[in-house]
Amino acid sequence: MSTGSSDLGRGWSRLQVGRRLVLGVPYLWLCLFFLVPLVIVFGISFSTPKIAMPPIEPLVSYGADRVLQLRLYLSNYTFIAQDSLYVAAFANSLKVAFVSTVLALLLGYPMAYGIARAPRNWRSVLFLLVVLPFFTSFLLRVYAWIGLLSRAGPINTVLLKLGIIHEPLVMLQTDFAVYLGMVYSYLPFMVLPLYSAIEKLDPSLLEAAADLGCRPIKAFFRVTLPLTSEGILAGCLLVFIPSVGEYVIPAVLGGPGTLMIGRVLWEEFFNNRDWPLASAVAVLLLLLLVGFIVVLQRVQAREPASE
Amino acid sequence: MRISTWARRRGFLRLVALATAGLGVLAACGAKRDGVAAPAGKPVDEAKILNVYNWSDYIAPDTITRFERETGIKVNYDVYDTNEVLETKLLTGHSGYDVVVPSAFFLERQAREGVFLALDKSKLPNYHNLDPDLLQRLRLNDPDNRYGIPYMWQATGIGYNVDKVRAALGPDAPLDSWALVFDPKNAEKLQACGITFVDSPPEVLDSAQIYLGIDPNSERLEDLAAAEELVKRVRPFIRYFHSSQYINDLANGEVCVSIGYTGDVLQARDRAQEAGNGVKIAYTVPREGAIFEADLLAIPADAPHPDNAHRFLNYIMQPDVVAEISTYKKYPSGNLAAIPLLPPAIRDDQAIYPPAEVRTRFKDHRAESLAYTRYENRAWTRIRTGR
Repeated sequence: MSTGSSDLGRGWSRLQVGRRLVLGVPYLWLCLFFLVPLVIVFGISFSTPKIAMPPIEPLVSYGADRVLQLRLYLSNYTFIAQDSLYVAAFANSLKVAFVSTVLALLLGYPMAYGIARAPRNWRSVLFLLVVLPFFTSFLLRVYAWIGLLSRAGPINTVLLKLGIIHEPLVMLQTDFAVYLGMVYSYLPFMVLPLYSAIEKLDPSLLEAAADLGCRPIKAFFRVTLPLTSEGILAGCLLVFIPSVGEYVIPAVLGGPGTLMIGRVLWEEFFNNRDWPLASAVAVLLLLLLVGFIVVLQRVQAREPASE
Repeated sequence: MRISTWARRRGFLRLVALATAGLGVLAACGAKRDGVAAPAGKPVDEAKILNVYNWSDYIAPDTITRFERETGIKVNYDVYDTNEVLETKLLTGHSGYDVVVPSAFFLERQAREGVFLALDKSKLPNYHNLDPDLLQRLRLNDPDNRYGIPYMWQATGIGYNVDKVRAALGPDAPLDSWALVFDPKNAEKLQACGITFVDSPPEVLDSAQIYLGIDPNSERLEDLAAAEELVKRVRPFIRYFHSSQYINDLANGEVCVSIGYTGDVLQARDRAQEAGNGVKIAYTVPREGAIFEADLLAIPADAPHPDNAHRFLNYIMQPDVVAEISTYKKYPSGNLAAIPLLPPAIRDDQAIYPPAEVRTRFKDHRAESLAYTRYENRAWTRIRTGR
């Protein structure tokens, strides 16, 4: 980003004000609608359930004896540590998110590559096709898979008619359906950053590699892949992070055995009516993801130095 | 198609859709948390608006439009799929709703927390139409019938495919007993034609306790463990846990035995009849007993339009209005005066309006303590996922 657009002092200060405004609005927005709710959730995670409206014990109380009390219950966190359910749910969520991300990458990379290398007048059409699903509601699209995957659905009907299978396949309410739903839903988030990374790639670099006797496959791994690593990382993050906490897809397409942290959180909040424990689960989920991002950023920051 | 608890057609859909419902009226009212009726005699000048929050698909098509026509009150009608979603909204406060329809055992614990307005019976002249026996039964959940009037009721029993079950178990099949699904010997033989349970811990575990001769309202952990043990033993033979999919699957013969809700099983039965596919579905209230559930119309303590809400409750208690809902949804109502107005096909259907002998098998469903709910849900997760 270059900023040397004004040499006049007055123009410069006006630019500064303008910049602050431009930055300030989103910051204010984030503070108000992201940070404040987060602090509230964090606070609730140190409370304990109570029969009241709302059903939680207030953290700060001021009694008739003029004692201002701040009570922090750590029991939610110790409870999560003691019951293997939560660890198992976290682990399974990570696994599902990881596999989904890898699948989305394997599928998304050739797609993005194809679009970026397509004739210029085709590109916008192909690009539009990737974005097109966003024109309908996410929930609706996940629901549509119920119809597609059901025993009497079109996929089973076609396979039966073709004689490929003799019994309808059970696809709904399986892990397969969850992975399918995840990859389907988050694929555009993988394709878009990959596309912009691949598009920026200078084709003459590949030509140079070919001139120097590098075969296409090797050139892909030595030139294309490293130069698009930022796009890969961005795409993976955009797929992985929402996948870990995903609730809708496993709830709609998954089976009774699909144990994911999103559902555990829902059950704590709605079924057990334990807002504090649900908040503690949410806080841990957040910490897990923040930790993950920090590690990735470190890795990314180190990369150019090591090369 | 509706149910009483838990993950029936997962509530998140509604949650998203309803997140901002009734927002405009929030500011209007201070919280009245003691649940005491608004002072009588005070001149009330309410806007002609009523915010109703009901189970999805649980009303006749023109019930609301007729009310609007007759009273000039504009109704904002929203729906939910689980008691838990309703409960969360009520406990958060300022839901903005004027009429809600919790199941009796949820109303019981919510009422203790001051969530509801005590009904002003003087504004409910149609109250005498209600079934006194049912009101008596509901006093267990709602002492003096203070907060709720019965809407529709039902039991959790077994729906089964008559021919397939007989083919699998022979002529001695225990068609009137929970042994049909909870005895591993039977469950194993029925595995091939398909067993399903509703995905709802209280209904399934309480039914298991009834089969074991344990009081379903017991909160002793040994009793919970016994029920868990029983369900775990038949778990390998269960095709799936789902609270609505069995309606379709029973109807087209995909599965043959389902623990399910009366109204839903009857829906499956009628769908099969309409399709003429030769599938014969029957519903049984097992002889050991079955969990009885009623949904109650109630008014939140902080309802912005309590007067309109009373008018709506009174309107629902009009025999012709509720008879139409029963006819349309095939659920029995708590309104005695409505019964003569029902078409014979509904009135004489013993699955819808069970005879007195069957009603004696109904077990009341009491509110659970939060601590017990946690144990119950934990046991359910162990059953479902093996963890």
